[in-house]
Order: sequence, then structure tokens, then C-alpha cells
Amino acid sequence: MKFKMKKLIISIFASLLLFSCHKEEIEEPITNSIFMLDSEWENQNGEKLKLASLQGKTLVMVMIYTSCRTACPRLTGDMRRIDMEVGNKYDKETRYVLVSIDPKTDTVEKMKQYLIDNEMTGEQWLFLRSDEKNTKELANVLAMKYKQISPIDFSHSNIISVFSKQGVLTYQKEGLEIDITSVAQEIKNQQNK
Amino acid sequence: MKPLFAVCLVIVFIFSCESYPKQEPNFASYKHELVHVDNTKKLVTVEGGFFKPFFEVEENQKLEVPSFLIDETPVTNAEYLEFVKANPHWRKSNVPRIYADSTYLRNWVNDTVFAEGILPDAPVTNISWFAAKAYSESVGKRLPTIEEWEYAAQADHKKPNATADPEFTKYILRSYQTKDNKRRAVGTERPNYWGIYDMYGLVWEWTDNFNEVMLSGESRNDNSKSENLFCAGAAISTQDLTNYAAFIRYAMRGSLKANYCVNNLGFRCAQDIN
Repeated sequence: MKFKMKKLIISIFASLLLFSCHKEEIEEPITNSIFMLDSEWENQNGEKLKLASLQGKTLVMVMIYTSCRTACPRLTGDMRRIDMEVGNKYDKETRYVLVSIDPKTDTVEKMKQYLIDNEMTGEQWLFLRSDEKNTKELANVLAMKYKQISPIDFSHSNIISVFSKQGVLTYQKEGLEIDITSVAQEIKNQQNK
Repeated sequence: MKPLFAVCLVIVFIFSCESYPKQEPNFASYKHELVHVDNTKKLVTVEGGFFKPFFEVEENQKLEVPSFLIDETPVTNAEYLEFVKANPHWRKSNVPRIYADSTYLRNWVNDTVFAEGILPDAPVTNISWFAAKAYSESVGKRLPTIEEWEYAAQADHKKPNATADPEFTKYILRSYQTKDNKRRAVGTERPNYWGIYDMYGLVWEWTDNFNEVMLSGESRNDNSKSENLFCAGAAISTQDLTNYAAFIRYAMRGSLKANYCVNNLGFRCAQDIN
């Protein structure tokens, strides 16, 4: 009897074991990750990178341009406040990414200066630029609208997006009076997954 | 003895799953290269000119549209099939969701077979912007801009700009009311002044810069000029109040996301003149 019982327990555990590990394998592959985009970007230090190199970090992204006088400074402020709300202990695992919609004007030097001026010099801050084609592709992935309306100005949507560590868009907030706390909470949720 | 045994099992259990760590997907290896596809579709020349945009940023603003080439007809199912044969990563079963939603090529039974009743020569629909763009590149062309498309679409059968003709507006609006046109073959109706078929009456068409249309006034905080489009200001600045048809097209563009696949939305390609 005792022996049978043992056998039973072993077989239950064995099947549980098989089953639990098997589950991971049959998961649908992720195909909506921004890490699948092939585009090459340049950061504020002039280093070239692909988005896939950010895999494993939670991303918070906003598309702006440095010569913008109205909405972008506010969006930038929102990003900084989100970072403050989330707190330092998450900085290693998070990247706050500004992406230029005006890559012609926003050179590496301009991006670097913009981050300095806005006190965004920690390792968690990234400012990216690419060519117009790649910029448009990324904007379309974010459902972000923009249009150049004069040699120096763009009209654009104001969207802050959060991506999981696998590059899947999990949260977007649109507008200029957004609730910082909800974005910060989402970032923490992603970290704790 | 028994508790020890149980503890051992639990440990084995925990470790066994750790020894098979969840495989991190390798996104960097996703295939992007486009294979060139030969395509014989005829392009027609549209001579450039000045164009009064549907909504003007400044009073009496006119945009210059340089001369360009545009496909005579929308891209068909048969033509798109050649593209996915050469570019397997754009097949229905392979396309990543970031580039096309789950309704991509809905009228196709599988990767290479159309559903019954779908003509090879009918325009391909349920196509995302990313897909339309990839196709265009593979045949050495590009998508037309909103301005090019609208400029070419001002023509009726006889003149390059028929927008002042109320009959023309009626014709367009009538065509928008007809359902299930998308199943018809391309190029069967009369071409317009430039020799272009099916600008109206078959499918809606993607444009390269569709994402420049902002409907929600979300940019108003940034730039007051562009809020003219759909706020109260629109009624005054929309240059042609009778041009309801153009309004519908702009509203359609503004509501799209680039991975949307819609059953009456197709595309045609354009090309620069060199």
C-alpha cells in the first residue's frame, strides 16, 4: 500500500513537472514586439544601435523634437516626473527614450545638450535619431501622428508609451495633462513581471 | 522518510523548471530583406501643378505637386501573390502582428490561395500600411503621398481638375455608397484624364503619409493652425464646402493605424519621374 502510494505521488509529480515545463513551449511566439523593427538608430553619444539591443528593459517612449517650444517641453517634463515617481531603484531596468521626429535638425550634439538642459543625464535616459523613413515607421507602430508644417515646426500627437521587456506595447497615455501616477504604476508592474 | 522524499521531489520540481529557462525570443534575427519582384503594371504620368489642399494651413494656400508616375490600377490579388511567394515573411501565416493585424489577407484561404469568388484581378484588400509599403519597395516603387493621390483624383474623364463640377462630386459620392465593389476586377471602368482607373468606386487606398492627418485635434496644444481641420474652424477653412467626399477620405485616413487591415482598403504604387 505504502509502495503504491509512493508510486502514485511520483507519477503525479512527474506529470506535473512535464506539464509545467511543456506549457512554456507551446506559448504563442511574440510577434508584436518593436524589437522586430530592423531600423538603425543613433543615441546622444553618437553610438549606433538597433531597438533589439534594448531587449530586457522596460521602455518608456515619447517622440518629440528639440526646437519645439510648446508641447515637447511639457512631454519632456512628464517623462522626468514619471522617472521620479518610479524611483531610482528601477533605473537599471528601465530606459526612458526620447525619439526625434526632426532628425535633420536634431543632431547628436543637440540631443546631448537637450538631455543636459533637462537634467536627464542618468543611464536610464536615451535620445534616439534615425532617418525619416525609420522615424515614420516607428511613429506608425506607436500610432503617433506628425506632420511638418513649416521649416521649423511640426504638429504632432502627444503620446507616452510603455513597452514590456519583450518590446510589446502595454500602455499609452495621450495628451498633455496626463496622469503621471498611472504610467509610473505600469512601469513598476512591468518590472515586477 | 516520507517528508524527506517529498522535500526532494519539490526541490527536483523547482530545479527542473529552472534548468529549462524560458527561451528568450530572438527578435534581432527577424527577417527583413525584401526580394525584388518583377511587375509589369503600367504607370501613367501625372503632370504636376498647383493643388488647393482640402484644408489649408494658410489662406489661399496652394501646394505644388511635382509631376509623378502612378499605377494605372490598384494592386491586385494576383500581383500580391507574386510578392508573398518571393517574400515568405509577408505570407499570411508568417507576418508579425506588429506589421499587420489578424485580418491580414482575410480573403485568402491560406498563404497562396484566394477564397472562392475572389478574382485574381480584383484589388488586394485587408492589407496593412507596412505591407503596402513593403510591396511597393519590392517592385521598385513607393506609395503615393496624400497630396499626389488627391491631386490625381481631381480629374474626371475629360479634365485634370473637375472639382468645381457638381456632377463630379455626385459621381464620387455615389461610388462611395456602392457596396462590395472590391470584388470587381480592376481597370474595367473608364479611366480618368490621366489614364488612371478606379480612383473611385473600387477600394479605398493607402497613402504613404496617411499619419499626417490628425483628427482629434490632439495637436491643438502645440500648434493652433492645424486645429482648423476638424474643430469649429474647419467649416471656414475647409476650402470647398461641397467637398464632402474629400472630407470622408481624410477622416478615413485619420482613423487608420498602420497595422490595420480593412476589407475595402487596398493600394496602388507611385514612382518619381527621373
